[in-house]
Amino acid sequence: MLTGKEILMILEGLRDTLIIVGLSTVFGYILGLPLGIVLAVTDKEGIKPNRIVYKTLDLITNVLRSFPFIILLVVLIPLTRAIVGKSYGTGATIVPLVVAAAPFIGRMVESSLKEVDKGVIEAAQSLGADNLTIIFRVLITEARTSLLVGATIAFGTILGYSAMAGAVGGGGLGSIAIRYGYNRFQPQILWPSVIILILLVQLFQILGTRISRKLDRRK
Amino acid sequence: MSRIIEIKKLNKSYRTDKGEVQALTDINLEIEEKDIYGIIGLSGAGKSTLVRCMNLLERPNSGEVIVKGSDLTKLSDKSLREQRKKIGMIFQHFNLLMQQSVLDNVAFPLEIAGTGKKEARRKALEYLETVGLSEKASSYPAQLSGGQKQRVAIARVLASRPDILLCDEATSALDPQTTKSILGLLKEINSKFGITIVVITHEMSVIQEICTHVAVLDHGVLVESGTTDELFRAPKTDEAKRLVFSGSEHIINMTSENVVRISFHGGSAYEPILGNIILEIKTPLNILYADTRTVNGNAEGEMLIQLPPDEEKAKRITDYFREKGLDPKEVESNAYRQRNSDDT
Ligand SMILES: Nc1ncnc2c1ncn2[C@@H]1O[C@H](COP(=O)(O)OP(=O)(O)OP(=O)(O)O)[C@@H](O)[C@H]1O
Ligand SMILES: [Mg+2]
Repeated sequence: MLTGKEILMILEGLRDTLIIVGLSTVFGYILGLPLGIVLAVTDKEGIKPNRIVYKTLDLITNVLRSFPFIILLVVLIPLTRAIVGKSYGTGATIVPLVVAAAPFIGRMVESSLKEVDKGVIEAAQSLGADNLTIIFRVLITEARTSLLVGATIAFGTILGYSAMAGAVGGGGLGSIAIRYGYNRFQPQILWPSVIILILLVQLFQILGTRISRKLDRRK
Repeated sequence: MSRIIEIKKLNKSYRTDKGEVQALTDINLEIEEKDIYGIIGLSGAGKSTLVRCMNLLERPNSGEVIVKGSDLTKLSDKSLREQRKKIGMIFQHFNLLMQQSVLDNVAFPLEIAGTGKKEARRKALEYLETVGLSEKASSYPAQLSGGQKQRVAIARVLASRPDILLCDEATSALDPQTTKSILGLLKEINSKFGITIVVITHEMSVIQEICTHVAVLDHGVLVESGTTDELFRAPKTDEAKRLVFSGSEHIINMTSENVVRISFHGGSAYEPILGNIILEIKTPLNILYADTRTVNGNAEGEMLIQLPPDEEKAKRITDYFREKGLDPKEVESNAYRQRNSDDT
């Protein structure tokens, strides 16, 4: 059985995980949403094609996405130190997570926005809408269910990465599972941590799907 | 009457993987205020491309698109947007915002124009009343029938108070009954608000129902244009004839020698002309096809008659028609070739 101290540790781990993943998702979107919008808009099929901008962002996004996360963690240590002041712990985990998540989120946003019916965009253009109006009143609103599904996927992925960050001294449940469960072989701590992680992903998946279904007016 | 749309020497081609596709070649077209102007042609003729050049959704490679005196191709993005607010467009697939209520769809152009949300919604409701759909204000487009969706699209376009309404196959996704009611609504909009309407279609019945003028497109070339009456009475080009006679083609395919076409209006049917011909010339006439139709509310009749092989008698018959003010037109058999079957 778990001791009270161990339970407390797991709960603290859960809290840290939620903070890490929540903040990483938020910051990931702060960078990734504009990135995805610019990618969708400047694509050659977009509303304001711009080859140079698209190709540049496309390249950066691809490079960042092809870094294995565990390597990104190490490479980014100087940046993390510069931003958070130290290279381990809860705050320090967020920096590499955001760097890994932003391009991933950008891609998902891009593909969601590209799903919007060209005809609807043209109708807005024919009514004299400018590009900003089209982005906010047509692209994002029409794609909102797809964007939400994307957000739950992003959350799940970031949660997975955050567990990996535990390996190099990040905080949260993942780090507990690795430190106690793997390194010290204490399965009574490993399994509850893992199960809570699984439940978290499930919970957000269900929540996301439910909200997006509720918001979808296409039926 | 003044000219509201004028297209000069317009050319448009698309670059594709397989090379250049010439969609429109040297188009010249004039549309007067308050016209209901039809543009007809088979699939791929370039109709959509042409109408999309009228609000510059498609930019021509060369030529001028003069709308209300200014050449759209020379405007800045900002002035083009302002102009577009006065050139409404409706589409075959309606293109409504699916995640917005019917009311918000109609309020959209008002909000673009800077009207506050509340006021925009209030006005939007009035436009929904105009199209007879105010009870659907809080529904979403997915819950409406095709005809209702097109009405919402019309209300949305009316909300920006346009001078021109472009319709790209606006009734092609609808059943005949609904088509009729949408065409009726367009006609009403034309007379009530004085909006000039451009109608793109591949169906002659649409032209017949509402258009005052019509232009025929064939492989990107504008081959014929004029009033709808003229086109029906005396189509000049093969393409126009094919469209006008599309109901009678199969008859002609069987017997295509020595056929003339006569057309008449309500007034010319007092005298039993055919009966008199038969009595006087003493030769039987073969009526291949006869039909009356309503063009813009006027009854128009057309008849295809096979003349006797005897040239002398044939001449007397055509002379008789001419005497009675009917202009018999020799019909070449190739004008009735089966229309391409790809005009879906
Ligand atoms: N974006 C495009 N890229 C390449 N070719 C195009 C494009 N749009 C149209 N075309 C070509 O231009 C020609 C005219 O097309 P358009 O859509 O104007 O015809 P249409 O008369 O409207 O036909 P339909 O009745 O099928 O709608 C066709 O040959 C078509 O393949
Ligand atoms: Mg078309």
